[in-house]
Amino acid sequence: MIEVQDLTKSYGDKTAVDHITFSVNKGEILGFLGPNGAGKTTTMRVLTGYLPATQGTAKVAGFDVFNDSMEVRRRIGYLPETPPLYFDMTVSSYLDFVARIKNVPVEKRAQRVEAAMEMAGLAEQRDQLIKRLSRGFKQRVGLAQAIVHDPDVIILDEPTVGLDPKQIIEVRHLIKGLAGSHTIILSTHILPEVSMTCDRVVIINHGKIVAVDTPENLTLQLKGGERIRIVAQAPEQQLRDVLQKIPGAQRVQIESMGSSDRMVATVEASQGQDLRSQIAAKIVGQGWPLYELRGQNLSLEDIFLQLTTEDPAHKRPEESK
Amino acid sequence: MRGLYAIYKKEMNHYFVSPVAYIIACVFLALSGVFFSNYLVEVTNYANRLMLQGMQMGQPANFDVPSVFLRIFLGTIGIVILFFTPLLTMGVYSEERKRGTMELLMTSPITDAQIVLGKFLASFSLLVVMILPTVFYVIYIFAHSDPAPPWRIIAGGYLGVLLLGAMLLALGSFLSSLTENQIVSGVMILGLSLLLWLLGAFSQGTSALAQSLQYAAVLEHYNPFVQGIIDTTGLVFFGCWIFLGIFLTLRSVESMRWRRA
Repeated sequence: MIEVQDLTKSYGDKTAVDHITFSVNKGEILGFLGPNGAGKTTTMRVLTGYLPATQGTAKVAGFDVFNDSMEVRRRIGYLPETPPLYFDMTVSSYLDFVARIKNVPVEKRAQRVEAAMEMAGLAEQRDQLIKRLSRGFKQRVGLAQAIVHDPDVIILDEPTVGLDPKQIIEVRHLIKGLAGSHTIILSTHILPEVSMTCDRVVIINHGKIVAVDTPENLTLQLKGGERIRIVAQAPEQQLRDVLQKIPGAQRVQIESMGSSDRMVATVEASQGQDLRSQIAAKIVGQGWPLYELRGQNLSLEDIFLQLTTEDPAHKRPEESK
Repeated sequence: MRGLYAIYKKEMNHYFVSPVAYIIACVFLALSGVFFSNYLVEVTNYANRLMLQGMQMGQPANFDVPSVFLRIFLGTIGIVILFFTPLLTMGVYSEERKRGTMELLMTSPITDAQIVLGKFLASFSLLVVMILPTVFYVIYIFAHSDPAPPWRIIAGGYLGVLLLGAMLLALGSFLSSLTENQIVSGVMILGLSLLLWLLGAFSQGTSALAQSLQYAAVLEHYNPFVQGIIDTTGLVFFGCWIFLGIFLTLRSVESMRWRRA
């Protein structure tokens, strides 16, 4: 449905998007993940035909976003970073206006406006002036605006910004409900959002794609290994010796825990190895009291940080001491 | 065409739902009302004096009060328009750029020309609505003069007002599309209006420069209309400026895609 080939966009001598290539299948939800300023918004603006690309091509439903801009614009719904609202209009008149400029046929217009308000949970706000709405509701009006003409492709730039937790859940449900019949690209810098809503993730940093995969695969592949956290009461040097002798243990780090004589140790093992039972046996075998033993999985968050932080010193802040 | 109408309707809605249009129209009407009564009293007094003088000299004065009054009044309306049009156009694009709604318009299946023309026609309609009540003043004069003043002065005068207004709206839209800041665009439009107005005063004399400046002076071309003379020079002059303004606005809107708007 969407094909992006070697897309580059520069502003003057600053390259915002640097030779990116990806595609989105029909009915799929693609998450665009990246820190602020990574090039997410720029990519979306190129896809919507708002900005021309410097190099490369982007196609939506087989139409080039630059050469067949009108065809593309007919097929997309777009929620920019700041919802494009006219504050002195009511919710329903605003949506009616958007339906008009999106070429919704007259006979379907009223029905589409109703449907969009229903889906975005705005039925009760229909006659309110947009400027009187709270931020969360403004965001919903923005969302309703993107779906009012029932487009094939929906592009959402940070759709859950400014919403409260309950609204975030509602919006995620809405987005999931739209998938299947619609192809969706959404950008975010909130990680749980990606694992919860998206079928596939594109991680982008400094204008370059650093990873494309399903959220599960990303977690699996990039997980460097298992990490185990141990809290025990033992002399530091001896504890280190014992832990290092365990087969499979790769890195051992030990810190004293505040004023008590307990030690916090972190052991890293290669992928797929679970050393917890061995560690427990060794420590207890030495007669040291064991207070805590916990496996730590690398979360999507760690992976994201690994991929988007270049300076190795900052890679894992908790280990850099 | 439907896109153009949608934009036009939205703009009219914006003008008339907010107090903007009402306040501008009220102040405009109040001002033109003051000019109306002042000029009427002055012209009548002058005519009376002239008549008295004429009687003393033994020859009756030939002074057409309604025509002279209408010329002065419609001429002044033109100058007032010069100061009011910046208020109508300073927000048309600045506001959209600031609010991010330009992004909605430019990613919708409507052409840039539809956006530009829809907005221009809406601001022109507002101008017409604003000027319309002054027609009652003129009807009043018409009803109370004997013989009635020539139609040509009224028709020419209003045609001139509309052409002058359309020109300033077109140029104002262009300046508004250049910035996100309403105040900046408002001041730029006002500056341009004043410049075009003052050009006539600066260009007294017979040097080549003065004469060419005279061609650009707005009032030079506006005044014949008020005299009831509809000449092609004036029509072409205003037509060119209106076209130039719309053309530049269109180019500026197109270029928003290439800048980081």
